[in-house]
Amino acid sequence: MSDAGNESVAEPGAAIGPDAGSPAATRPARRQSWIDRLAQWGDDRLGISRFTQTALDKIFPDHWSFMLGEVALYCFVVLVLTGSYLTFFFSPSESNVVYHGSYRPLQGVQMSDAYRSVMDISFKVRAGLVMRQIHHWAAVVFVAAIVVHMCRIFFTGAFRRPRELNWIIGVTLLLLAIGNGFTGYSLPDDLLSGTGLRIAYSVVLSIPFVGSWFGFLFFGGRFPGTAIIQRLFVIHVLFVPALIAITLSAHLAVVWHQKHTDFPGPGKTEDTIHGSRLWPQYAAKSIGLFCFVIAVLAALGGLAQINPIWLYGPYRPAAASAASQPDWYVGWLEGALRVMPNFEIRLFHHTIANPFFPGVLLPGITFLLLYAWPFLEQRFTRDRAGHNLLDRPRDRPMRTAFGVATLSFYLVLFLAGGDDVLASTFGLSLQAMIHTFQASLLIVPVVNGYVAWRVCKELSRQRAHPIQRPVAGVVTRTVTGGYEVVGEPEGDGRTEPALETGSEG
Amino acid sequence: MSDHFRLEGRPRAIRSAERRIAACWLITALAALALAGLYIAGGQPQVEGALLFVAFVFLGLGFVVIARDLLPGSNVTGSRGALPSTEAEREAAQAAFERGEEPFVRRSFLLRMLLLAGGALGLAALFPINSLGPRPKDTLRRTSWRKGSRLVTEDGRPVMFGDLLVDGVLTVFPEGHTDDADAQTVLINLGDAPQKVPPNRKTWSVDGYVAYSKVCTHAGCPVGLYSPDRHQLLCPCHQSTFAVLDICRPIFGPAPRPLPQLPIERDSSDFLVAQSDYTQPVGPGYWNRP
Repeated sequence: MSDAGNESVAEPGAAIGPDAGSPAATRPARRQSWIDRLAQWGDDRLGISRFTQTALDKIFPDHWSFMLGEVALYCFVVLVLTGSYLTFFFSPSESNVVYHGSYRPLQGVQMSDAYRSVMDISFKVRAGLVMRQIHHWAAVVFVAAIVVHMCRIFFTGAFRRPRELNWIIGVTLLLLAIGNGFTGYSLPDDLLSGTGLRIAYSVVLSIPFVGSWFGFLFFGGRFPGTAIIQRLFVIHVLFVPALIAITLSAHLAVVWHQKHTDFPGPGKTEDTIHGSRLWPQYAAKSIGLFCFVIAVLAALGGLAQINPIWLYGPYRPAAASAASQPDWYVGWLEGALRVMPNFEIRLFHHTIANPFFPGVLLPGITFLLLYAWPFLEQRFTRDRAGHNLLDRPRDRPMRTAFGVATLSFYLVLFLAGGDDVLASTFGLSLQAMIHTFQASLLIVPVVNGYVAWRVCKELSRQRAHPIQRPVAGVVTRTVTGGYEVVGEPEGDGRTEPALETGSEG
Repeated sequence: MSDHFRLEGRPRAIRSAERRIAACWLITALAALALAGLYIAGGQPQVEGALLFVAFVFLGLGFVVIARDLLPGSNVTGSRGALPSTEAEREAAQAAFERGEEPFVRRSFLLRMLLLAGGALGLAALFPINSLGPRPKDTLRRTSWRKGSRLVTEDGRPVMFGDLLVDGVLTVFPEGHTDDADAQTVLINLGDAPQKVPPNRKTWSVDGYVAYSKVCTHAGCPVGLYSPDRHQLLCPCHQSTFAVLDICRPIFGPAPRPLPQLPIERDSSDFLVAQSDYTQPVGPGYWNRP
């Protein structure tokens, strides 16, 4: 079945030993390495040889854009490792203490024990600051990698049948990643994150019918309550990471079972997959990528300061500083809160408060649309067939335009989340800034979507593809054993036939 | 092809690739040892980050070079196989399932009882959740301000009439309740700046001293920035702006309502005290807000 014999798994009966008849006679004659013996031990008990062979022979496409999801995966590994280290020193307690640590400006200041412990992690614990900053950077890059990965999936149509399910799992992962980012960001109980929690509490209060009830249950009473840090801690280090681990496993299992998509090209068909085998080619490259992800996160964590809580000070409800920006992945919600016109609905002695619309309704609609997209698109295009070969974005101008318009919308919201910083940096009036953002939210997506649509149309009129080499057709082997050339020769003189062999077990 | 590697049959190139990979991993080892030494010496975040970077970049580089030059298994094509099961398999699975489904469907009352049992367990689980926090009742409508509460600063010092210069601002709490975040109030001495005072609020201020809730009516941030020349309060979170001379009406940003005013007076020993609690709920809106 496979042409790549698996040498690391011993084949029973492949050689005849000197003492035939004894159990040892079924083992190969050559001296066994410990790996051979381990494999045999495992196979005797679990029968894993067949799976091992399929797994090691598995083919993964080589295109760089397939690494984006892996970057997210490796960020998660880094998050778990650095996060575990931080839990040894973090104290999820809101009890009041007076700081006596080595950071002079805050000496004698009252603060929560949580904040005190993060100060100690930053200034006392060995490798504490670098671990904390790597952890924070990894969270930032984790969500970024997920979003970029998702853009790749979206614009190439990788979510189409049979992969709708994995799209849904992926959107869930994005949601969980953002949730865990926000809870982790809130744990140090510093002024910046405390302000973020105050806003989150107000958003929860605004939910019709159950808002104040939810808010009180979650915070253990009226804000700030006394329980929020310890609850966020359990959510951040146990519930959500466990959910992410489960969901991530499901995501990988599905992609493993369904096999990757691939870009169309010479020799590529819906029924075959082309790339590198898991062992040893892909494994080595992927370990290399893992190392690079760690390296970049370590460089960021060591050299680029992030969330310097000692500059913000401990949380006090009566204080807030200007230029309060959350981590980037919450920026769109922050921006939405800022550009929202100032109305709220008051009817029959009840209120639908202002933060409900940007803080609950907008993310609700956003994720509903994300979840529903594969099925919405099926409705519009009536394309319900299975697809293993990807679309080029230009060949689906409507989808590409819609994606660009949507991204523009959220980019404008994101920028609006920094309106005060932008206004003071460029010396502009805040009022003019907000009005510009409000108008941009309506105009920019439409304009960008239209431009993207036109660009797609223009590009697909020229048939050249920037990344493919022209080939003179594909030589395949027929059932009877002969060879034949499939496909039209196209392109210029730099032609070469692509002869490919091999199969996946 | 699958069982060949890039440098196959070129022994000199292979040896040079091996040397390069070994050099990469040697650098990793050196960086790691330097890191260990650094920790023994006490540690330094920037150097730690830089050393970790060097260690892992070269570790990864070694893997990438070995994969590219010395390992087989690239450029292979395989069959994807079919995902859906055959009709026979589907039918077999269905038959297997029906083995258990049919007896249940026949006894649908049992299924209903099972649902009842599950539902009752779920219902019972709701009540422990109640211990997570008190019920809101009408707590959101009230703060700790009472008739006669002295205005104190965050560290508990009572505020006297005359403590503030004209255009001075101070964050105050009701005496004994400096931890009540919703009671935080901003006290401003407007001097003789012309205010628009509604008839029912004529007695709510003391000679230019006015007190307004510091909790933004948008999302609850402390409205901390006062601009004396424009007599405006600005929320640092979402830039809602309130006109202090006009009962703190919102004039810009997402805040939908004015900041509630705290009626204050001067007691016999010149301390500033509250006449009552706020007459309307402070802070952002919520469902049961009238």
